[in-house]
Amino acid sequence: MTSAPTNDIEFRSVTKRYGAVTAVSDINLAVPKGAFVALLGPSGCGKTTCLRMIGGFEQPTEGEVLIAGNVANGVPAYRRPVNMVFQQYALFPHFDVEQNVAYGLKQLRPRLPAAEISRRVGEALEMVRLSGFSKRRIHEMSGGQQQRVALARALVNKPSVLLLDEPLAALDKKLRTAMQIELQTLQRDLGITFVLVTHDQEEALSMSDLVCVMSAGSIRQLATPQEVYDRPADLFVADFVGKTNRFDGTMEAGGMVRLGNGSALASGRTDLAPGAVTVALRPEAIRLSRQAGATTLEGTVTHRIFLGSAAEYSVAVDGLGDFLITAERQSQSENDLVAPGERVAISFDPGTAHIFPA
Amino acid sequence: MPLTMTTKRRLVTTALLAPASVWLFVFLVLPFIAMMVFSVGERGPAGGYQTAFTFAQYANLPARSAAYWNTLMLAPVGAFVCLIVAYPTAYYLAVKANPRYRLLLVSLVVVPFWTSLLVRTYAWMYILGSRGIPNLLDMIGIEDVRLLNTPGAVLLGIVYGYLPLMIMPIYVSLEKLDRRLLEASADLGAKPVSTFFSVTLPLSLPGVMTGVALVTILLLGEYLIPQLLGGGKVFFIGNALVDLFLQSRNWPFGSAIAVTLVAIVVVVLMVAMRIAWRISGTRQVDLV
Repeated sequence: MTSAPTNDIEFRSVTKRYGAVTAVSDINLAVPKGAFVALLGPSGCGKTTCLRMIGGFEQPTEGEVLIAGNVANGVPAYRRPVNMVFQQYALFPHFDVEQNVAYGLKQLRPRLPAAEISRRVGEALEMVRLSGFSKRRIHEMSGGQQQRVALARALVNKPSVLLLDEPLAALDKKLRTAMQIELQTLQRDLGITFVLVTHDQEEALSMSDLVCVMSAGSIRQLATPQEVYDRPADLFVADFVGKTNRFDGTMEAGGMVRLGNGSALASGRTDLAPGAVTVALRPEAIRLSRQAGATTLEGTVTHRIFLGSAAEYSVAVDGLGDFLITAERQSQSENDLVAPGERVAISFDPGTAHIFPA
Repeated sequence: MPLTMTTKRRLVTTALLAPASVWLFVFLVLPFIAMMVFSVGERGPAGGYQTAFTFAQYANLPARSAAYWNTLMLAPVGAFVCLIVAYPTAYYLAVKANPRYRLLLVSLVVVPFWTSLLVRTYAWMYILGSRGIPNLLDMIGIEDVRLLNTPGAVLLGIVYGYLPLMIMPIYVSLEKLDRRLLEASADLGAKPVSTFFSVTLPLSLPGVMTGVALVTILLLGEYLIPQLLGGGKVFFIGNALVDLFLQSRNWPFGSAIAVTLVAIVVVVLMVAMRIAWRISGTRQVDLV
């Protein structure tokens, strides 16, 4: 290769089997240098296996994993320029904070001078705002602090890629939000490629530049968070990322979709063959009004969940079934909220409806 | 008046601890007090015990220095050799062995306990005796090899008899070692050997200390193996005690030796616990 590789991580037709079980099947993936990528999917989708193949804890059965342009197959974990923040952190219980962070530096050959090690450990601890905790034992630290120690330990060797395995799963919600911002800032500042594994779509959408949605060992969609949310590649992505209303329809000529209640929807999708389709619609893409008869879709509100700035309604739409609708509040008057039992008309912009072949 | 919660809880605690406490008091504390009293007494004219208050028995301890020397040498050395043999075995069982056969392999370690140690030690007596290995060596021209009744024979018997007691605690501590710590170590650039000495070994030290303390303490009171394989030439404190109480009927001197032995055991135990705590950084040391 003549030019510097533009991808820090690359998967070329990677398959991983455990006996008869295929955990990852024929994956192709390229992670650009300096990107923050989230591997998102339900448990058992193969995301952790992918991360472990980058880390060197698993070897692909077929295909190649490239790190910074070099094939990493067969390279042991201790020779890879990547570091990992483990689930539940895997901090060394018999070392204090300083010794944990210094561990990676002490493995370097030729040996670093002690002063250099302690300077870099100090820097790393400062970066995660843990200066002054260096002599603490791990079991004396809170979950959030342990998380930071794990980050400092993984970053102290200045890896070209940082792997994060469900790093926020063990934290409470408030701390999780704070850490999301912190991780994002850290990634921007350091310019290191981050690969995050998570089953939490909110985490993936809020932190990363690229989301790789996985299911059953394959990649369903690799795109920006916005694109994944607004233009899901398939029904699985639409369902897994965010909330989705789905209902059946029939594709007719000219991109018209005939719905279950007889009404038609001009989808504009002329690429799809006529036949059964599934329509997916985000709850916030649907408008709700009290003026019954204004549109072709009508229904009865069955439940209301008050969220403060918005409200979530369950609406039994005539002929189509239950819909979940999120409505922002316009004012603070009681009249702004629709009560269960009320008849409502619902409408949506046909462009916001996603049509998938059933 | 109804019982308060605290009173109830105390009653339950008392009830749970009572059987063991009574047992220990009657069969451990009382005999030990008796022994302490005996140890400052005098030997009666026809043997046994005669009331007195003297430290003459303790002053006389050097008379049995050979027994102390053998015990305090061979017990730690035996425990150490056990450790050297046991650690790789335990490591293999806990880390390398196929999980499917692990339980079977572990149970094989304790199979020797199904036969009495007496019988097995007798077998060694025969193997090391003049009709055993020396006889075979004689046939190929190596003459006059004496194995039985040497410190080496006693050491071999010790390692043979106590190995399972060393393997088990080390196995347990290696088995519960979090595998992700080993991955984290490799991830940070440590080669396998470095990972072993920086992570695996320190974190299995509680098991090592448990094994060493267990085997050492039991060896300090060992009687059977030196009796059979040491043949009166390599004798332990245990053998000296039997001799003093049953043969020469010098109870006070025997008691003084026994009390001193208990004191040594207590010191060994305390030091071992300190070291294990210090190194593993936790207080969760399941010692003995």
